[in-house]
Amino acid sequence: MLQATAAPSPLTNPAFSQTYFAAYRWMLLARLLEEKIASLYRGGKITGGVFLGRGQEALSVAVGLALRAGDVFAPLIRDQAGRLAFGESLLDCTRTYMGSRLGPMRGRDGNVHRGRPREGMFAMISHLGAMIPAVAGALLARRFRGITGTVGATCLGDGATSTGAFHEGLNMAAVEKLPLVLVVANNQYAYSTPNARQFACADLVDKAAGYGVTGHRLDATDLETCLRVLHKAVADARDGGGPQLVVASLLRLAGHGEHDDSHYIDERLRESRLGLDCLKVAEQRLLAEGWADAAALRGVEINAQRQIDEAVATTLREAAPDPNEEDWCALATRHLSEASHAE
Amino acid sequence: MITYLEAIREAQARALADDPRVYIYGQDVGSFGGAFKATKNLAQEFPGRVLDAPISEDAMVGSAIGAAIEGMRPIIEMQFADFSTVGFNQIVNHAATLHWRTNVPCPITIRLPSGGTAGAGPFHSQSMEALYAHYPGLIVMTPATVEDAYSMLLDAVAIDDPVIFCEHKYLYYHLKAEALPTEAMPTGKARIARAGRDATIVTYSAMLHESLACAEELALEGWEIEVIDLRTIKPLDTDTVLASVARTGRLLAVGEAFPWGGVTAEVVARVATEGFGLLDAPPMRLNAKDTPVPYHPNLWGTHRPTAKTISARMRDLLRLLGKDEG
Ligand SMILES: Cc1ncc(C[n+]2csc(CCOP(=O)(O)OP(=O)(O)O)c2C)c(N)n1
Ligand SMILES: [Mg+2]
Repeated sequence: MLQATAAPSPLTNPAFSQTYFAAYRWMLLARLLEEKIASLYRGGKITGGVFLGRGQEALSVAVGLALRAGDVFAPLIRDQAGRLAFGESLLDCTRTYMGSRLGPMRGRDGNVHRGRPREGMFAMISHLGAMIPAVAGALLARRFRGITGTVGATCLGDGATSTGAFHEGLNMAAVEKLPLVLVVANNQYAYSTPNARQFACADLVDKAAGYGVTGHRLDATDLETCLRVLHKAVADARDGGGPQLVVASLLRLAGHGEHDDSHYIDERLRESRLGLDCLKVAEQRLLAEGWADAAALRGVEINAQRQIDEAVATTLREAAPDPNEEDWCALATRHLSEASHAE
Repeated sequence: MITYLEAIREAQARALADDPRVYIYGQDVGSFGGAFKATKNLAQEFPGRVLDAPISEDAMVGSAIGAAIEGMRPIIEMQFADFSTVGFNQIVNHAATLHWRTNVPCPITIRLPSGGTAGAGPFHSQSMEALYAHYPGLIVMTPATVEDAYSMLLDAVAIDDPVIFCEHKYLYYHLKAEALPTEAMPTGKARIARAGRDATIVTYSAMLHESLACAEELALEGWEIEVIDLRTIKPLDTDTVLASVARTGRLLAVGEAFPWGGVTAEVVARVATEGFGLLDAPPMRLNAKDTPVPYHPNLWGTHRPTAKTISARMRDLLRLLGKDEG
């Protein structure tokens, strides 16, 4: 039976510096992994799209770290760091991007559309907002099943707050007082569309009041802030506080996908606080506080690079899916499948 | 040379220029020019008439209906056909029923970047034409050529009914024509894309090109395959299909959509019910497989029909009932 275990707070000293450093390691691993994915894409080893979370690692890792085994997590396109921190393997990422049969998606779905629902990590569909009610439903099921003390978190962008699914999902979670944490990465743009064309409220967190849920606002270029706010939001949800709407301000330091040069992003935003690279900020903090020295950071990087190289090398050796061996059946109820005569 | 995608852009430019009632609404269609650049520079050329929409497909379609009631001619761009399901309610229940219920027409055009491309996966690849064609009150266009992409989109805007315009992403960049057409076949008429006498392929959109390649291949074996491009799947030009089957006696209907029901089933049903006596062999169909559209190019390439699999199915059809002397 699923049951989350209680842990001592990782956010007070002396544990805090370790938590911070651990978070940084996931962030760096995510950053370097995504850089590798981007280069594989440019080299023609990945077909389709590549979507990076560059600049959003601090927020994402904080979500992953605030959750525990037994919780539900539905990450979105820019959550490589949070996925790793929650427990996704590097191979799940590389195999899905390269379409390996051995990956969780078996070549059927690709890139960021991956997960292991049985292990609490949902596999996003592209339709924005759609994961919110699904996570709410998982939490409802836990109530039916008598499982307490677990939470569900899902991430989305500023643009996804304009969907009907966002409204319906958050509202129903509020009505049922579900332990849902909704993390909005407000990176100021949805593809090319700036916030001014997306919503008219002064701050997205204002929406929390309308739904009758608790709102949290934060600057997501700062890792400590991310860790503290996400820790609190998740703890409050876990303690019966109902849905939590977390709105984080930041900038995406990459194109919408790797095909996009993001020329439309306002230079003034890039030069503002929002344009800070959370990874660099965290690195400077580690050094300034003496929590790590240059040699230690170098060690982290070498170790990360080695793990990535291993995962990529393994994946590149794996056979591509063979259509003749593929099981062309979409149903779990196999005897009801029409695959043999429908084509 | 002009591409299929540029033709779509040019048709919208002309619609905006010719008719002040036209405006374009969709995600990233403004100064960015759209995810595929189908509205490139239109916001600059037609200030205030090409607007970025929030990620709200239901509201995009719903607002178009209201604007149409007020006399406008909206063009709605879905970023991908797959996301039109979020606006499905407004399309099939509101737009499609409006004229029938109120006698007020609903002249909206909804552009769906449709169909599969390698690596696009289950949510950026779907062919949704049959779903919309199922509903009374909608017109569904599926242009297969640069010329049709241009002239049919202009027609879509001019028509007093809601038009679902299924433009195929696979054709966007590599399908090219010398110039934009100056005249066009009327909407609702199918086109004989290649004349033949041994069998008829009825198809549309990207599958036209796979089917023409199949006809080319079988020609080397001495078969003359007639290929019909439906152009619009609703209305479906049954007369042209029946006339062709009357000449050839054999029918293979080919589509890229999922196999259950759909355009190919409709074509076969019409020929079987209205032209049974014309057939020398049982009618056949070939569609995508009955699974979501897979991501990996190897799987995707097998999921959809290709010239090769169409040819294989066509050889089966030609072998039936003794026409195999080829
Ligand atoms: C319902 C729906 N409509 C359109 C899209 C196409 N689309 C994919 S990502 C995107 C922009 C998302 O912006 P945002 O939610 O702010 O997330 P970000 O990419 O900035 O992280 C759009 C419009 C989609 N995935 N789902
Ligand atoms: Mg955004």
